[in-house]
Amino acid sequence: MEDLQQFKQTYFEESGEFLGVAETGLLRLTPGNADMEEINAIFRAVHSIKGGGGAFGFSDLVAFAHEFETVMDGVRNGTIAITDELVDTLIRSNDVLGQLLAHARDGTRPPAGFAGQIVASLKNFAASAIQEDADVEELYAPSPAVTAAATGGATAADGRRTYSVRFRPKADLLLTGNDPTFMLRALKALGDAEIECDIGGLPTLAHLEPELIYLQWLVTVTTAKNTSDIQDIFEFVSDESLVEIAEHSAESPASAASKAEAKPPAAAAASKAGAAPPAVYATEAAASATAAKPTAGRSSAQSEGGHANLGNHTIRVDLDKIDRLVNMVGEMVITQAMVAEHVRDLPQGEFQELLEGLEQLAQHTRELRESVMSIRAQPVGSVFSRMPRLVRELATATGKDVSLVTSGENTEVDKTVVENLVDPLTHMIRNSIDHGLESPDTREATGKPRTGTVHLSAAHRSGRIVIEVADDGKGIDRPRVMQKAVEKGLVQAGATLSDEEIDNLIFLPGFSTADKISNISGRGVGMDVVRRNITSLGGRIGVYSTPGQGSRFILSLPLTLAVLDGMVISVGAERFVLPLTNIIESLRPKIADLHGLVNKCDVMMARGEYIRLVYLHALFGIPGAITDATKGLVVLVETEDGGRLGLVVDEVLGQQQVVIKSLESNYRRLDGVAAATILGDGRVALILDVAGLQEMSQHGGSASSVAQRQVTAASPQPHVM
Amino acid sequence: MKKKVMTVDDSRTMREMVSFTLKGAGYDVVEANDGQHALNVLTANKVDLVIADLNMPIMDGLTLIRKLRATAQYRTTPILMLTTEADDKKKAEGRSAGATGWIVKPFDPAKLISVVQKVCG
Amino acid sequence: MSKSASLATVGSIRGDVVATANSNEEQYVTFTVGNEEYGVNILSVREIRGWTPESRLPNLPDYVRGVINLRGIIIPIFDLRARFGGGITEVTKRHVVVVVQVGERTRGILVDAISDILAISQDQIKPPPTMESGLVESQYLSGLFTAENRMVTLLDVARLFAIETGDDEHQSGAAD
Repeated sequence: MEDLQQFKQTYFEESGEFLGVAETGLLRLTPGNADMEEINAIFRAVHSIKGGGGAFGFSDLVAFAHEFETVMDGVRNGTIAITDELVDTLIRSNDVLGQLLAHARDGTRPPAGFAGQIVASLKNFAASAIQEDADVEELYAPSPAVTAAATGGATAADGRRTYSVRFRPKADLLLTGNDPTFMLRALKALGDAEIECDIGGLPTLAHLEPELIYLQWLVTVTTAKNTSDIQDIFEFVSDESLVEIAEHSAESPASAASKAEAKPPAAAAASKAGAAPPAVYATEAAASATAAKPTAGRSSAQSEGGHANLGNHTIRVDLDKIDRLVNMVGEMVITQAMVAEHVRDLPQGEFQELLEGLEQLAQHTRELRESVMSIRAQPVGSVFSRMPRLVRELATATGKDVSLVTSGENTEVDKTVVENLVDPLTHMIRNSIDHGLESPDTREATGKPRTGTVHLSAAHRSGRIVIEVADDGKGIDRPRVMQKAVEKGLVQAGATLSDEEIDNLIFLPGFSTADKISNISGRGVGMDVVRRNITSLGGRIGVYSTPGQGSRFILSLPLTLAVLDGMVISVGAERFVLPLTNIIESLRPKIADLHGLVNKCDVMMARGEYIRLVYLHALFGIPGAITDATKGLVVLVETEDGGRLGLVVDEVLGQQQVVIKSLESNYRRLDGVAAATILGDGRVALILDVAGLQEMSQHGGSASSVAQRQVTAASPQPHVM
Repeated sequence: MKKKVMTVDDSRTMREMVSFTLKGAGYDVVEANDGQHALNVLTANKVDLVIADLNMPIMDGLTLIRKLRATAQYRTTPILMLTTEADDKKKAEGRSAGATGWIVKPFDPAKLISVVQKVCG
Repeated sequence: MSKSASLATVGSIRGDVVATANSNEEQYVTFTVGNEEYGVNILSVREIRGWTPESRLPNLPDYVRGVINLRGIIIPIFDLRARFGGGITEVTKRHVVVVVQVGERTRGILVDAISDILAISQDQIKPPPTMESGLVESQYLSGLFTAENRMVTLLDVARLFAIETGDDEHQSGAAD
C-alpha cells in the first residue's frame, strides 16, 4: 500500500474537482428537474472519492461517502424521491465530504460525532428507499458447480497435498477473454502438475467452430497450497464452467505425480490420449483471429461522441514545471533585451545578418512567451461555477428570488488571475443581491418579474479580460449615496458631481450605503476592498447604473500577472517602471502651470484641474536628480481611487513589457514599490506602486504610513516569478 | 515483449494507481478517461488487456465491453471490470456483456497484479 | 578575474566539508573590511562574486546598498562596513559580494576582499566580547577566532540583518 501514497496528491486534487462537479450538479437538482446524466455524474463523483479514499485507508471519509453514495444510488434508481429537503441534505453532505477530505489531507481526525446529523438524515433517506427485489442477489450467488471435495486426506510429509482438478470450460469461454492456458499454467505453477487433455469432445473439422472450446482437462497437482488457492485460479470461470477439485488421500508426492490413473470419480471420461494443449490452443487462437465476426457490423464503434477524443490530446503537468518554464522564458526575454541593447552600439551597416537574426530571435522570443503564458491559461468557468452556491445562499438569507445567468465561462485567463477572481466576484455578487435587487413584492409592484436576475459574464477585450456583474435591480440610489458621502466627509456638502462620479463613490474606503450593516455585505468588506484587490492585480473596476433598471459592475484585468506593460522612467541614476494602466500622460510643465502651496507641496494646472506634484527624488531620497519640474517631466498618474498625481521625474525612457520579479522572496516589501523587474542591461528596476506613492506623499514620507500599508499588504499581491 | 494494458477510468487517481502498479510489474500501460475515449484509442492500438471502470461518463464500462467484443480485434482479449464489493449484479451484467473477470475496488497492488497475471499471463 | 578563482576554491573546499563532516572542525570563509577580518560558516555561503552596480532601494539605512540581479532573482546587498558603522564602502572593481543563504532567503554582503578559508574546530572559537568591550553589535557575532596573530570575527549571518529584513528570530542560526 505504501507505494500508492504518492497518489494522494492526485487524489486530493481530483477529489476537489469531483466535489465541484457534485456541487454544480446538486445545485441544479430540483424536484422538477432530474437530469439522469447529471445525477449519475454526482453519483460518480462521490463514488470516486470513496473509491480512492478506500485505497488510502481514509476510513472516516469512506464511511461517510458510503452513506452519501447509497442515497445517491437511490436517487439514481428512482427509489428515493427528489425533494427540497433531500437536495439540502445532499448539498450539506457534499460540504461534509469536503471537510472529511481536508481532515484526511491534513492527517487529522474529525471530532467525535462529526456530522452526525447529516449521517442520520442520509440514513433516513436511504431507509425510505422503495425496496427493490431482493432476490437479485441470490441469482448471482456463487455457482454450485464449484465443489471442493475435501476428503479429509492426510498431509504428505512435506506438507504438500495432491489434488485432482477437472476443468471443463464453457464452450464459448474464449469469448469472455478467458484463456484456459493461463489457468493451466497457473495450476502448474502451484507445484508439480500432470496435465491431461481430453479431446473426446472435438467434432470433425468441418463442424469445428474455431472460437469454441471442445476440450477438457484433468490436472493432478501436488502442492503446498490449499483448495482455495486452486479455486482462485478459476475465479472468473467457475460459475459457468465445470471446475471440480478433489483432494487425494495421503501419498508421497512422487508417486502421486506418476499415477495418472489415480483419478477422482468424476473424471471418468477424461482418460484419452492427451494432445499437447498449448498446440491445440495455438491453432484455435490463430483461427479466432481471422474468424469472421457476425456481430461486428451491428455496432459502429466510432459512431458516437465525436468529442470524446479530447482526453487523448491533453496531458497533466505539474504547475511547478510550468512555473519553471515561465521563469526561464522570462529570463530569455531579459537576455534578449540585453543583447538587443548591446547590438544598438554596433557600427551602422555592418553585421547585417547578425541584426536580422536578432530581430528574428526577438520575434520568436515574443511568440514563445505568449505560448508559454497560454499554457497557464484557465477558463474562468472554474470561478463562475462557485457562484450558484453563493447566489442560492444569499437568496435564502435575503428572501429574494434570484436567478443567476452566466456566460463566457470558457474565457481563458492566467491561473493566478483566476484564483484571485474569487473574492472580488463574491463581493460583487453579494453587493448586487444585497443592495441591488429588490424584494419580490417590491419588484412586482414596479412591474418587474418577481425573480431578479444577476448576469455574470466574461469576455476578452483588447488584451484584457473583462468581467461584468449586471443586475436588474433598482440601481444605485444616487441621492442616498451623496448624502452618505457628505455625512462621512468624503464629499463636501453642496459639491456637484456627475452621475458617474456619484456612482463611483461607493468604491471609496469606508463607504457603505446599507442603512444597517446586513449580515451579508457588512462583513467589514466593502466595494473599496474589491477595488483595491482588483487594482493590486493591475485591474480596474467601474460601475454603470440606471435608476430603476439595475447596475453593471465592469472589471478588467490583465491576462497574466507575470508580465506587465510599463513605462521606464529615470530619476537621478535610478530607473523605475510605472504600470501603464496608471499613466494618463506625461508632460513638461511651464512655470506658469506650477503653483506653490503653503505646505511646500506644489500643484500643477493640467486638464483644467489642480494636480498635486510628487517629487520622486524627494520621496525616495535619490541624489543627483532634476529638482525643477519645468526641467524634468511630470507623469500624470491616476490611482485606484481615481485620485490624480503628477510624478516629477527626470526622463521617460520608453514603454516596455517587463517580467515581474519578487522583492519579497529575498528581502521585504517596501513602501511605494509594487515589485521589481530586470531591465535589458541586467540591472534591477523597481516597479512603482502609485497608490503607495500617494499615501507616502500624504503622510510626508514612509515612516508614518508603514503600519497602514502593512495592513493592505494582506491583499492579493501580484504573482511574481 | 511487454504486454500492454489499458486502464479506463474517469478517476485520474484510479488510473494513475493502476498504471503505476502495473508498470512496476513490467506492463506497458495506456490510459483512457471513459469508454468512448478507450474505444478510440483501442481501435488504433492493440492492447493485451483492458481494465475498465463501470460507471463512467460519455460511455460506460458495460457498453465499452460490448463494443469491444463486437470488434474482430478484441473479441477474445481479456477485459477486467473494476467494481465495488457488493456488486454481484454488476458482475453478472459484466459477464454477460463479455467481461473476463473483475477487480474489486479498492484493490491492493498485489491483488491487482495477480488478477492481471491470471488473465493475461 | 580573481573572483572566479575564489569561487572555485570555495566550491572545492565545500566538498571537503562533506568528507570530514564527522570531525569537530568547520570551514569558514573569511574576508576583510578595512583592517578587520570576518568569517562566515562556509555552509551558508552560496557563491562569491565581483561587484556589480546595485539599484538603490528608497528610504532605507545606508548599509542596505540596494538590490542586484542574481541570475534572474533579485537579492539585497548589505554593506558590512556601513553595518558596523564604518561608513559606506567606496566600491571599486576589486570589491566582492559574498552571497549567503539564510533559511529560504538569499542575500549579498559587500566586503573588501576574500581573505582565507579556515578549518576551525568549535573549541577554538572564543565567545564574543560582551557589551563593555564597546562592540554594541555583539549579538550578531557568533564568536572570535585567532589565526596566526590575526583575529577573525565570526558572523551570525542570520542575525546580522534580521532587523532590516524582518526575519524571525527563530530563523537565526539556521545557516550556521
